[in-house]
Amino acid sequence: MTTAQPLIQARGLVKRFSGFTAVNAIDVAVRAGEAFGFLGPNGAGKSSTMRMIGCVSPPSGGELRILGMDPVRDGPAIRARLGVCPQLDTLDPELTVRENLITYARYFGIPRRVARLRAAELLDFVQLSERADSKVEPLSGGMKRRLTIARALVNEPEIVLLDEPTTGLDPQARHLVWERLFQLKQQGVTLVLTTHYMDEAEQLCDRLVVMDGGRIVAEGSPRVLIEQHSTREVVELRFAGESQEPFVSKLEQLGERVEVLPDRILLYVPDGDAAVVEVTALGLHPLNVLVRRSGLEDVFLHLTGRTLID
Amino acid sequence: MTQLAARRARPGPARVPALAVLQYHLVGYRRTWRGGALSSFLLPTLTVLGFGVGVGAYIDQGVDGVSYLEWIVGGLLASTALQVAIAESTWPVYSSLQWTKIYFAQHAAPLRVADIVAGQLAFVLLRVLTSAAVFLLVTGVLGALRSPWAVLALPVAALLGLAVAAPTFAYAATASSDSWLALLFRFAVIPMTLFAGVFFPVESLPVGLRWLAYATPLWHAVDLSRAATLGTAPVWSVTGHLLYLAAWAAGGWLLAHRALRRRLVV
Ligand SMILES: Nc1ncnc2c1ncn2[C@@H]1O[C@H](COP(=O)(O)OP(=O)(O)O)[C@@H](O)[C@H]1O
Ligand SMILES: [Mg+2]
Repeated sequence: MTTAQPLIQARGLVKRFSGFTAVNAIDVAVRAGEAFGFLGPNGAGKSSTMRMIGCVSPPSGGELRILGMDPVRDGPAIRARLGVCPQLDTLDPELTVRENLITYARYFGIPRRVARLRAAELLDFVQLSERADSKVEPLSGGMKRRLTIARALVNEPEIVLLDEPTTGLDPQARHLVWERLFQLKQQGVTLVLTTHYMDEAEQLCDRLVVMDGGRIVAEGSPRVLIEQHSTREVVELRFAGESQEPFVSKLEQLGERVEVLPDRILLYVPDGDAAVVEVTALGLHPLNVLVRRSGLEDVFLHLTGRTLID
Repeated sequence: MTQLAARRARPGPARVPALAVLQYHLVGYRRTWRGGALSSFLLPTLTVLGFGVGVGAYIDQGVDGVSYLEWIVGGLLASTALQVAIAESTWPVYSSLQWTKIYFAQHAAPLRVADIVAGQLAFVLLRVLTSAAVFLLVTGVLGALRSPWAVLALPVAALLGLAVAAPTFAYAATASSDSWLALLFRFAVIPMTLFAGVFFPVESLPVGLRWLAYATPLWHAVDLSRAATLGTAPVWSVTGHLLYLAAWAAGGWLLAHRALRRRLVV
């Protein structure tokens, strides 16, 4: 497989559930070795897309090739070369951590002896060696996620699919997962992940698509997306009173764009500190002022008029 | 981990994928078998005591010229197989879809729906066979078997196990809530156990009910199993019985495959 040929290629890919269109004609190409993200709010169609790529959900339309094969016809052959970390845990809570890995390895035809070695290595990698022989049931959410990631690596996959790998985890557990995923990326494993956390997408993804309502609304590297769809900096202003609306017209002249959220106004400008000075010069006195760099959240807001997490 | 990436093997599906699924179930069973093992010895022992010494004492003339205990033991063996088969293909299947979602994990690996069904049913079959073997052993040692043909009750138990486990798998995979599973015990397992010839000959039922009893897979296994433990010919033809049970197994298997496919491939 040359780097020129994408590992995953979707053209006009569609998924319908009894009339409802969850994925609406998306085009995606994931190249070997990159970390590719689907960023979007709940219901955007991320999991539906991942399940089609994971060859467990037949496309309703369009074209999909994975590792040069057809997911409907060659499902088992493709799945043998994928690692899957689903959105919801599918571990066996009654088995031990190690047994979960070994039994899973057997599904890939990995001999028991090799499976044992690999389980030990992977548990080391996800820092679960100490819990190797404890049951899965009492593990924390973060540990279960790490075990699921280890399980996804048991067949040394060429592509690892991660559906919301850190949703529901506390910040410390998230960082631990990010570290491991980053390490995988360094080793050249192709990662495909979905998230509705923009910081996750910014940290991990070389390239991503922004999804909304089953469609792709933007595509590019996090940096390029931010450059294209937002300004360098953002001033967040919070004014006293019920509504932020009355201040909008005055602020509009100061920046390239103004977004109004229920509790604050976002002013998009090249230079935040300079803008704050101008705001004061207009005789406006916000309760709260925060200057920050633009992020993917701002890209999403600009493209859809909505925030990512509502 | 670095070695891991370097040592890139050629991954592929397992050579006999259903066997890997069976192994998974056995690993789980290794943790729980002790509790089950005790009861599988207890049941036949209590049977011999209860029906031989207890109930048997009230039935002086026996049935068809043999003691009540000897008459009933073949039927009870079949009904034990039925209980185990259904218990192992209701909650375990339902849970693997709804609670632990193990089947989804298996399907994300290179296993096909057919492998998942085959592995699960192979495990059920193994459980049925070991329970039946223990039953046979205990009743044999306690002298309740009249013929060495009794060993043939084992394959009969296995066939019955499959004949009921396969459609039950389909039922459990389709069930939208686990209260449907309890209904199966109330409206299928218990009536079958009571009226399909285990405790008294089906011929003593009114004609309508008798045909209902004939329709159950249990009755066919009871007739064969009883013939084996008594060393006599069954009421019905052996081939007829076997074909009927095989039809349940094959039809059930197809339904199970279809039901699981509906759940996993969406
Ligand atoms: N099996 C299904 N049957 C019917 N609708 C579904 C099914 N799976 C997903 N959907 C719907 O498709 C849409 C996209 O869902 P999903 O792909 O899970 O989004 P995301 O992962 O981005 O949150 C949602 O509106 C969801 O309700
Ligand atoms: Mg999702």
